[in-house]
Amino acid sequence: MQLEYFHMIDRIVDLKVDEKTIVVEAQVPQESTIFEGHFPGYPLMPGVLLIESMAQASGWLQLGVFKFERMPILAAVKEAKVRGSVFPGDLMSIEASLTHEGSGYAMTEAKIRVGGKLRANSALTFTLIPFPNADMRGYMAKVAERVGFPQQAVSP
Amino acid sequence: MSSTFDQVATIIAETCDIPRDTITPDSHAIDDLGIDSLDFLDIAFAIDKQFGIKLPLEKWTQEVNDGKATTEQYFVLKNLCARIDELVAAKGASA
Repeated sequence: MQLEYFHMIDRIVDLKVDEKTIVVEAQVPQESTIFEGHFPGYPLMPGVLLIESMAQASGWLQLGVFKFERMPILAAVKEAKVRGSVFPGDLMSIEASLTHEGSGYAMTEAKIRVGGKLRANSALTFTLIPFPNADMRGYMAKVAERVGFPQQAVSP
Repeated sequence: MSSTFDQVATIIAETCDIPRDTITPDSHAIDDLGIDSLDFLDIAFAIDKQFGIKLPLEKWTQEVNDGKATTEQYFVLKNLCARIDELVAAKGASA
C-alpha cells in the first residue's frame, strides 16, 4: 500500500468473475505521513481509508465482471462498520461480492479481515461510467498489471 | 395485490422519506418530488428487486440527453409505472 497515493490494494488473490467475488491483500505500511497525524504515539489506519480499501477491492471486482468496459466510481456508502483497529504492519485480507447489477450502477458488500478476524465491513454503491479518457484507461491498465489483475478476466 | 403505482409510491416514500400522500401518479420524480440521481439509484434498486426486472436507466438517460425523449416519459410516476409493467410483461413473455 502507498497510502499517500491511494494505492490501497497490493495483490489480487482470487477473482471469481462467475461467482462475482474477489479477495485481495493489502499490507499496511509501517510508516506513512498519514500516521504522523493519525495519531502521534498511536498510529492507526483511518476508518475512511478502510472504506476506500473496500471500495477499491469492489472496484477491481467490477472491472473483472464488466470486462473493463466501465469504470466504477464510488457513489454511496450505505453502511460501514469499523469493528476493530488496523495498525501499521497489518496484512489486510479484503473480500468483496457483487450484490446487485443495475443499469449504470452496481452494489457490493465488502469485508476486511486481519489474521482472520473481521475488522470492518461495508455496503457500497457505485456508478458505472465509460472511461472518460485514454489516460485513465491506460493508468488503470498499468495498475491492473501491478496488482496481478488476471488478464483472462477481460478476454471475451 | 397492490397496483404498480402503489408499490412504487411506497418505495419512494420509504427510500426518500417523502410523505406517501404527496406522491401521485402525476408526480414528476425529479421536478415535483425533488429526487436526485443518487437517490433514484436506491429507488431503481428497490424496483429491480421488487419486480424482478432491470430498469434501463442508462438507456433512458442517454435518450433524454440526446433529445430523443423527455424526462416526463420516464420520470412522471404513471409513465414510470407503465414502463415497469412493460418490462414485467416482457420478462414473463420470455420466461
